[in-house]
Order: sequence, then C-alpha cells, then structure tokens
Amino acid sequence: MTHPFDKAQSHDCRDAFTQTLEQLGAANPDIVAVCNDSVGSSKLAGFRDRFPERLINVGIAEQNMVGVGAGLANGGKIPFVCAAAPFLTGRALEQIKADVAYSETNVKLVGISSGMAYGELGPTHHSIEDFAWIRALPNVPVIAPADRNETAAVVRWAAAYQGGCFLRLSRVGVPDLLPEDHVFELGKANLLREGADLTIIANGVLTHRAMIAAAFLAQQGISARLLNMASVRPIDQDAIQSAATETGAILTCEEHTIFGGLGSAVAEVVVDNCPVPMTRLGVPGVFAHTASANTLLDDFGMSPEAIAKSAKDLLARKG
Amino acid sequence: MTPEELRKIANRIRRRDLQAVFEAGAGHIGGEFSVIDILTALYFHTLSVSADNPLDPARDRLVLSKGHTALALYIVLAEKGFIPMAEIATFLQHNSRLNGHPNRVKVPGVETNTGPLGHGLSIGVGMAKAALLNGESWRTFVITGDGEMQEGSNWEAIMAAAQFGLGNLTLIIDHNRLQQGARVADTNALAPLAPKLEAFGWDVEEIDGHDMGQICAALSASKGRPGKPRCIVAHTNKGHGISFMSDNVAWHHKVPDAEQYKQAMAELEAAAS
Repeated sequence: MTHPFDKAQSHDCRDAFTQTLEQLGAANPDIVAVCNDSVGSSKLAGFRDRFPERLINVGIAEQNMVGVGAGLANGGKIPFVCAAAPFLTGRALEQIKADVAYSETNVKLVGISSGMAYGELGPTHHSIEDFAWIRALPNVPVIAPADRNETAAVVRWAAAYQGGCFLRLSRVGVPDLLPEDHVFELGKANLLREGADLTIIANGVLTHRAMIAAAFLAQQGISARLLNMASVRPIDQDAIQSAATETGAILTCEEHTIFGGLGSAVAEVVVDNCPVPMTRLGVPGVFAHTASANTLLDDFGMSPEAIAKSAKDLLARKG
Repeated sequence: MTPEELRKIANRIRRRDLQAVFEAGAGHIGGEFSVIDILTALYFHTLSVSADNPLDPARDRLVLSKGHTALALYIVLAEKGFIPMAEIATFLQHNSRLNGHPNRVKVPGVETNTGPLGHGLSIGVGMAKAALLNGESWRTFVITGDGEMQEGSNWEAIMAAAQFGLGNLTLIIDHNRLQQGARVADTNALAPLAPKLEAFGWDVEEIDGHDMGQICAALSASKGRPGKPRCIVAHTNKGHGISFMSDNVAWHHKVPDAEQYKQAMAELEAAAS
C-alpha cells in the first residue's frame, strides 16, 4: 500500500551519496569503494563504471569487507565501505571495533538502507540498533543525515576527515529540508525552527516528520523548536543544554530502538547538566511487525500527528 | 645475514621473552616460542622496514594476526630499534604501552591492533590490494596461528585474495598443532592445511618453521607464482627450544616457576653459542 510520504517530490539519499562519491573520486584517485555484493543496493554502478579498478567487491563477506577497508587505509587509500546497515554493523561489529575504532584507521563506514527502510522484509533486515552499537565505540563519529543535501555534505566532510566514521543513510525518500549548499559540521545541530515551548530533536528520515509536526503545533499555538541532530556522536551538548534551559522540555524522534540511540544520547546530556521532562520516540524495544518503512514509523507513534500529540502530552508534564 | 646469525638473534629473543614472561607473571610463551624464528627471519632478512621512518609508505607490511604473542613482536621491534629494549621490562605493567596485544597507535612498527583472532588476513588483503592499486612493489605478510584458521573470516579473506590475484601477499601459518586448551586435531581438525589453501587458488609451500634456511628461502620474493597469493605452512612446535614446554599444550599461557625458569634459561643459554 502506498504511504502518503512515498511521493514524487521526495528523494532517495543514496543517489546523493553516490553522485557525491563519484565527484570526489574524480578529484582524488585515493578514494575507493568497498562493498559486499551490494553494487545495486548501494547504487555503486556509476562509480564502478567510471573507476572500475577502484570498486572493490569482496562478495558476501562483511567481516572481510571491513578488514579489507582497514588494510586499504593502511596503504594510503580512503575507503568508503558500503553495505546494508544491518549487515555492516551487526555482522562486522568486532572488525569495526578492533580494525577501525581501536586501530584508528581512516575507514568510512556507509550503512545503506538503515533503520526500517527494508520494511516488509522484517527485523533481520532492519538496522535499529546501529546508533547504540557504534556510539559505544571511541573514535567513530556516528552521523545520520536528514535529506539529500545533508547527505552530500556529510559525504564531502567524511572524505576530508582524517579518521573513521559511520554514515547512516536511508533509502526512504524525503523532500529537501536543508539548502543545497549546506556544510556539515561534526557535533553541530542545525536549528530548523525556532521555538520557546519545547524542543523536538530528530535526525535521518524523522527530521521531515518532525518538521511537519512542528507546523501542526504552531497552528495550535504551540511554539516548538526543531533541531536536526545528524551527529549522534559527538553530540551537540551546547544545543541540547540551550534547548533544556530555554524551552524546558525535549522530545526526541528516531528510526531506532529507544535503547541507546539518539534519545538516549540526548538524555545523557540532559540528566548530567540540566534535567527537564523528556519523551523519547522510537521503536519501543521490540522486533517490528510486517509493514512498509513509513507505515512502521506511523505505527510506532511517529506520524507527524502523533509526534505533535506526544509534544502536547510532554508540555503537560512541564509544570 | 646468514641462517646461523639469525638463529643466534632468535635465541637472544627467546631468552628476553622468557625473562619478561617470568617477571610479568603472564604471557603466551608457547605461541611466542613457535613464532619467534619466523618473526626473526622476517625482520632481519626479508622485510624492508626502518625504525627511522616507521610509516614510510613504501615499507613492507607485517600483520601479526595471532596478536596474543605480542611480546615476541615487541622484542623483535626493540631489537630493530623501533622501541627501547629497556622498555620490555614494562610489559603488562600499569600504563605501559606494551599490553598483551599490539597497538599501532602506541607502538611504532605495529601495523594494526590485533587480538581477536581472524582479523589480520583481511587487513593484509586490503594492504596488498592498496599496493596493487598504487602500482607499488612493497609486500604484505600476515602471520596466523593454525587454531586461528578455525575463524571463518579467514576463509572470506582467502577467497578474496585469490579473486583479486594478490601475488604480493604472503600468509604464514604458524602450524604448531596446539590451540589454547587442546590439540587442533582434537578440537576442529584443519590439517592438512596445504591442500585446502591450494583448492582456494593459493600457491602453497610447506617448511620447517624452525629452520632459518628454509624460512628465508620460502620468504624470498622470487618464490611464488605471479597473480597468486602465497601461503607458507610453517611446521613449528609450541614452546620450541625448551624441552619441557615443546609441543606441550599446558604451556599456552602458563608461567614458569623459579625452578622451571632456571632450567629453561639454562637450556637456551646452552643453545646460544
């Protein structure tokens, strides 16, 4: 069944990723792509056609894929290691820990089709634990861009950054939210809407939904600040503390389990520095039922209407 | 350097290793003594590496995938001037950079942080691939234990190395027939290793891993076949060089008591000249 958000004006962020990677690859011969048979789902066919020797397909072998990435980095290359996020982060987690994070190698981990993008394929193919897993590791920034412009900006940033990182990309289409010339800054949130009554913090495909929710709230006389928080680690502590002290309540929205993800990262800052009421929206610690990605987000209370409702409930707790 | 000179260096490294394990009260002496001859041949005969420029892009790469034998690597690196030999006395001590598994960020000469088994060969595949992409002639060597070959990730890497035609990659399997708690044959038997690697498209040679002449010859750049990754199955003994440790599963990470230390050191000193 078609969801209202599966619309023509939305864009698949994978296209922005591969187009940007091709541009960077044309300028820098050290940029290589590594994949696990995922040339199609990672949309790497264009990169392969332009730079055939620099597309390193290890076959269906994610542990080897990440290790090969670390070795390529040792040899001076800048590897973008691309795979479906559940298999990249789940199957190869120890390689990410030892060979990328602990060894401090210049490996760019690109998780494609993250969150519940694979919808009806079920929980084996959902990647709603990856913020928690990778956020627990030192040295690997965790970044979930909200639209194609932020995706392109993050890929440009990653190529220039000296060190490993994890880019969490979706295949669920979203409209443009950030300007085309957006520049990504690690550990910095983007203020998408000013507000005084509470703050909504979101990233990835949830930023679009949160934006509509904030507009609903405005129609009802509630002024919601909206922060797009692509950088989950390091996280923008200043923006969170300002949100807490200036608006007095924080609602987080993420395409991830509420155990250990964006909401948890925000809550850690709030609890340590400026306790205020919070609500964390996300997958409530269950394996998802059968539905499309957008329908699952609705079912888990993250339709724009439901986000607005949660915001109002949270306001009632401000006291 | 002649095989006899290499043998003397390896004997000196074994004595320093024995002393460090005894003083630290911990270590993996069995696997260290099986791999020391291979490491000595690599660093004093084969590898193009320099303590003056440990990150020279053109250096050869050595990955000690069996990272629990880090102490042997530390002593070899000290012998080569990468770290001070006096620092070996800090092995496993509070805040020493010489912990039980090697760290490339802290210890110059270490290429990657190993410890969990089955990681090094994939990294070696990436290194060798980078050299080919760069059109550079440096070589990549990876040392695994034989028990370590039970890790499935190794076989992912073995397939990829053959597919990519990595003639610049050499895997040395320290085939001492023992794993932590039992003989490999009694746990998950992998022998014979050579036909398995050959079936995956590798060029394979079997050697006596304690014969310096054979080790050096096998590591020569003139060996192997173009476009094929190379595997050296090095037949070794855990605890080699100490009569009561050799081929004895009890000595995976056992620490000698004062009497055993005295006897072991006496045996190594007798073999030194």
